[in-house]
Amino acid sequence: MAHVILRHRDVENIKELDVYVKNGGYEGLKKALSMTPEEVVNEIKAAGIRGRGGAGFPAGIKWSFMPKGDGQKYIVINNDESETGTFKDREILEGNPHQVIEGALIAAYAVGADMVYCYWRGEYMDAAYPAEKAIKDAYKAGYLGKNILGSGFDCDYHNHFGAGAYICGEETALLNSLMGNLGQPWSKPPFPAQAGAYDKPTVVNNVETLANVPPTMVNGADWYANLGTDQSNGVKIVCMSGHVARPGNYEVEMGKVTYRELIYGDEYCQGMRDGKEFKALLPSGGSGPVVLPDALDGNVSFEGLNDYGSMMGSASVIVMDEDTDMVWAALKMTHFFKHESCGKCTPCREGTFWLEKTLHRIMEGHGTEEDIKTLDRVAHSMQGKCLCALGEFAVSPVIGTLKHFRSEYVAKVRQAEAVPAD
Amino acid sequence: MIAEKYAKEIESLFERYPADQRKSAVLPLLHIAQQEYGYSSEEAMKEVAEIIGCDPTHVRGIAGFYSLYYEEEVGKYVLEVCNDLACALRGADEFIKMAEGKLGIDLEGTTEDGMFTLKNVMCLGACDRAPMLQCNLKFHENLDEAKFDQLIADYRAKAAAGDSEPTVVDKILIQTHH
Repeated sequence: MAHVILRHRDVENIKELDVYVKNGGYEGLKKALSMTPEEVVNEIKAAGIRGRGGAGFPAGIKWSFMPKGDGQKYIVINNDESETGTFKDREILEGNPHQVIEGALIAAYAVGADMVYCYWRGEYMDAAYPAEKAIKDAYKAGYLGKNILGSGFDCDYHNHFGAGAYICGEETALLNSLMGNLGQPWSKPPFPAQAGAYDKPTVVNNVETLANVPPTMVNGADWYANLGTDQSNGVKIVCMSGHVARPGNYEVEMGKVTYRELIYGDEYCQGMRDGKEFKALLPSGGSGPVVLPDALDGNVSFEGLNDYGSMMGSASVIVMDEDTDMVWAALKMTHFFKHESCGKCTPCREGTFWLEKTLHRIMEGHGTEEDIKTLDRVAHSMQGKCLCALGEFAVSPVIGTLKHFRSEYVAKVRQAEAVPAD
Repeated sequence: MIAEKYAKEIESLFERYPADQRKSAVLPLLHIAQQEYGYSSEEAMKEVAEIIGCDPTHVRGIAGFYSLYYEEEVGKYVLEVCNDLACALRGADEFIKMAEGKLGIDLEGTTEDGMFTLKNVMCLGACDRAPMLQCNLKFHENLDEAKFDQLIADYRAKAAAGDSEPTVVDKILIQTHH
């Protein structure tokens, strides 16, 4: 099947405006402009496009929360891609930037916004050159600016660079960061649709989510809804990393490809690196619990890992082979969350600190059985007590590895205790 | 003073945000100031605060919160190696040890000639091409010892010839499409 999102892999130079237009580019926008904004929202609702940043919230419903009528409103594109193991939004914006711009324009028209901010993680500044050129070319050709394509619809578009903070992927933290504040989440309500950027109604959508919008407008909601499963429509980009032979992004139809096929299939990763045995994988970076070989039969979709106690999330699949020390892996991920905790909620700020410290002690060979209980206790006492999902996800590496690999922890602390202190 | 050197560009930065929301430009301005002053020094942060018209304490808080702002002096080139889980599974920790040895410094250290600072950072979104690093926000991917030697030699040669690579300032200020 030809790519729906990663079209630069099929069409050379689609990042250039003329090539994009020659291949059907901005037809989705034209179609949207010929409809009423409400019809566009209903089309996206009917297509069932769910958020690709990890949470899976239906985009059309998010758009429908925006107040009707005049008044300043914003579209903000979330390109703060920072989940460990995630590298899809960068490829989309480097290879096929106009599809994201077009998607954002359709969103802006649908909700009555006249300004789009694309929030990039600062580390992607170098990757932004094609997108910068795309914005300039779109302005020149009349796809951005005043009276777009003679429709009377005005919309501006700006890139905005962050400066290194995972938490800015959380939508309210991102908006705080855009407004020049510390990137910390706020307690909802107000939801961004009520009071977002500069206290005005705002939609925050992930890059990949918006890239799904133009082809849906062109081909219709039915076409999109017929791709995938009942609960997961369309295609998904899966980021494959870790101990596989051919890591990278792969676009798959939802519900049609298992994790086993992704790892071993010829058109995907072509097996484990160095022919090693598979041990476990993290399906959504650090945020979803680790899964075992039985989960390889699960498919890539929002519901595909339900039976295995985990979730697709942003589909950042980190694959680990038989030699991987799971306590070490848990420490790596916990260190990440500790570093990225914004410090606002005490359970997250203090909890990640103690989880890391305790894991570190176990890894260094100074752990005790009591430390394993401490990990359990701290992790469970963090759950459900933080403003945003970071605090919730931060315990996942510890809880997941304790559930499936407790014996590795026990072996480490028994070994430590067997050595007499000097 | 960046306020004078980039007067026009800074004005165009402010135009992107609502007129009463000058604080929105704090991140790009601090990127620019850091490039000009070498790091987020007291003067750099004070100047950003003056341009925005906010309390310097606010800018100090921003510089402390975001990882791309350096509150200590750094070398001409900042090498930031990702050693998060996905990269570590592909040898990033061993790569860092190798780099420390080659440069004769530990993590967070700067070479005696002031050329390179070595840091480890959280996920940079290039996990499929590990080991990797960013040097002044430019990505270098699929690295090994030989490629690292070459990279260091190339940057030394660039510095000797007068570096003409686009800087962070160029990257921020390219956005003048109106």
